[in-house]
Amino acid sequence: MKRIISVLLENEAGALSRVAGLFSARGYNIESLTVAPTEDPTLSRMTIVTAGSDEVIEQITKQLNKLVDVVKLVDLTDGDHIERELMLVKVRAVGKDREEMKRMVDIFRGRIIDVTDKDYTIELTGTGAKLDAFLNAIDRSAILETVRTGASGIGRGDRILRV
Amino acid sequence: MELTGAEIVVRCLQEEGVEYVFGYPGGAVLFIYDELFKQNRVKHVLVRHEQGAVHAADGYARSTGKVGVSLVTSGPGVTNAVTGIATAYMDSIPHVIITGQVPTHAIGLDAFQECDTVGITRPCVKHNFLVKDAKDIALTIKKAFYIASTGRPGPVVVDIPKDVTTARAEFRYPETASMRSYNPVIKGHAGQIKKAIQTLMRAQRPMIYTGGGVILGGAAEELAQLTRALGFPCTNTLMGLGGYPATDRQFLGMLGMHGTYEANMAMQHCDVLLAIGARFDDRVIGNPKHFFSEQRTIIHVDIDPSSISKRVKVDVPIVGNVREVLRELIKQLEASREKPDPEALKAWWAQIGEWRSRDCLKYDRSSAIIKPQSVIEKLYEITQGDAYVTSDVGQHQMWAAQFYKFEKPRRWINSGGLGTMGFGLPAAMGVQLAHPKAAVACVTGEASIQMCIQELSTCKQYRLPIKVINLNNKYMGMVRQWQEFFHGNRYAESYMDALPDFVKLAESYGHVGIKVEKPGDVEPALNEAFSRKQDLVFLDFITDQTENVFPMVPGGKGLSEMILV
Repeated sequence: MKRIISVLLENEAGALSRVAGLFSARGYNIESLTVAPTEDPTLSRMTIVTAGSDEVIEQITKQLNKLVDVVKLVDLTDGDHIERELMLVKVRAVGKDREEMKRMVDIFRGRIIDVTDKDYTIELTGTGAKLDAFLNAIDRSAILETVRTGASGIGRGDRILRV
Repeated sequence: MELTGAEIVVRCLQEEGVEYVFGYPGGAVLFIYDELFKQNRVKHVLVRHEQGAVHAADGYARSTGKVGVSLVTSGPGVTNAVTGIATAYMDSIPHVIITGQVPTHAIGLDAFQECDTVGITRPCVKHNFLVKDAKDIALTIKKAFYIASTGRPGPVVVDIPKDVTTARAEFRYPETASMRSYNPVIKGHAGQIKKAIQTLMRAQRPMIYTGGGVILGGAAEELAQLTRALGFPCTNTLMGLGGYPATDRQFLGMLGMHGTYEANMAMQHCDVLLAIGARFDDRVIGNPKHFFSEQRTIIHVDIDPSSISKRVKVDVPIVGNVREVLRELIKQLEASREKPDPEALKAWWAQIGEWRSRDCLKYDRSSAIIKPQSVIEKLYEITQGDAYVTSDVGQHQMWAAQFYKFEKPRRWINSGGLGTMGFGLPAAMGVQLAHPKAAVACVTGEASIQMCIQELSTCKQYRLPIKVINLNNKYMGMVRQWQEFFHGNRYAESYMDALPDFVKLAESYGHVGIKVEKPGDVEPALNEAFSRKQDLVFLDFITDQTENVFPMVPGGKGLSEMILV
């Protein structure tokens, strides 16, 4: 099952590689991993999307907790949460397809952020599934380039992860 | 007062009360060595290879419970040390390794003797640091000792670039190192402990299984107290030997791949299992599916939450310091009005007695060739079970574990997790330095001993009267045994050809060498060796080449599927 794990860790050189190294050393899979400093510059927040049986997920959270740089973590998928991912897509947009592409962007509530006479660059945010749905909805052959950030997540309401 | 980085490093070691630093100098650590030279509180032991330094510090740590300290230079100094670091990591040994690094301005430029120390050691340390500023040295070293010795212990690497050792900074050694991201659990959960007591009281066929955690956590006394109060059988893992007195009636011997018949059968057929500071690894429970073909309730006490429910599902997990948890268990047990069912326990002991009567460790005592088991038995007798015994890895290690009856913790020093050949001799150096008057034996084989044989020179320099018990069967015995059992007797590359004359070799290093070829000479040779209190004696026992270690649970098989002699 897909899981989203949020991790607060010391914003120190090497902390990211400790997490990445843990996943590769123990054979856990990472679908995506995003990390950036928080409002407290000594802390980074990482969102890891992973998949595995309940036993594997239990081990992943325990092993992450064991890393000396990890301050706190939560499995967001244990409760209500919001997941967002940002995607930039460059698509070919010429002739009659140009208008159709614009319509699709509107339907998915994306934004066109760069325009040339041959292509559009589209910005889209949402869950990973929504981004997948957009890519499936447009003409595949029109896609020139995609870049995705991987998911960020946050708990709903008073589910708060902080030190 | 402002000091140089190198001065700070040495001052920190003094503040930590470090007795010995095991190391090898080189370019990047010259300033640290210069400061070591100028003082005499911290003694330096010069090894002949960095692997030896780390193993020696490891042996020191295992036999004393203190943090072992080693010091190596950058690049090859570090890569040579990695085997030792990984060895300590797998067995959770408290250890601080200080490594030199090229100057900060040269890092990343493929400088001479540069390697990414923090990167290379990351998967085999509890934590590591790169110190980029002299003012950070003191706090980093404080944290290193704190992390290494608390919670589940382990090695911590502190990498210090050369220019940081010459830069100046204010020195004040911090009294504590508190870290928001590192707070090991100490006390066990009271509710879980209560649940454990209830489970133990209901047991019909109970079993206590303990590992290295009891040794590391200093909980041997509590374990004995609890086990006796309950009247339950107890087994130790390879790492846990000495955690429970081996000559006690309630002790079933070691369990696992080469465990006793009674320990493995009891483990397989018990209905309540109390696991303490052990981790159900593959060499201990064999095939986990087979292990679970029998129903049992498992209580698992461990300081590391990630050890719980890793390989087997646990019913009553208790995270905490083993000694604290055992004390609480004893307290609640004494307060409890319930007692385990005496009839069930009697029947269970009768069953165990039957398993015991298989005499699974029997061997041919009338052989005309020296049986390796007999050497260990004699070693046990002559040292009255009171020696520190280090070992290398292979058949000799298993025989030592089976036939030397360890009564006390920290007497059995071996590389159980990583299985590092070459560990025994340097580890014995650390043990002997920590216990100068004690009898220290290194049980080894002709293959393992050659992996760190150069340390015989260190032994001479520091006058370490270690007794090397070389069980020489001219084979990598355990490899040969697997090839005999599982590879159609094709002994691929396991024959040790072109062996040195170990007696002459020992003599050339300035030691005493004795070759022993007849069973009748075993005892006199051991007696002579141990009567030479000042000398390292290398005893080369020419043993039966065909002898195998029994019982054996073949890889992938269940605990009750042992090959017996």
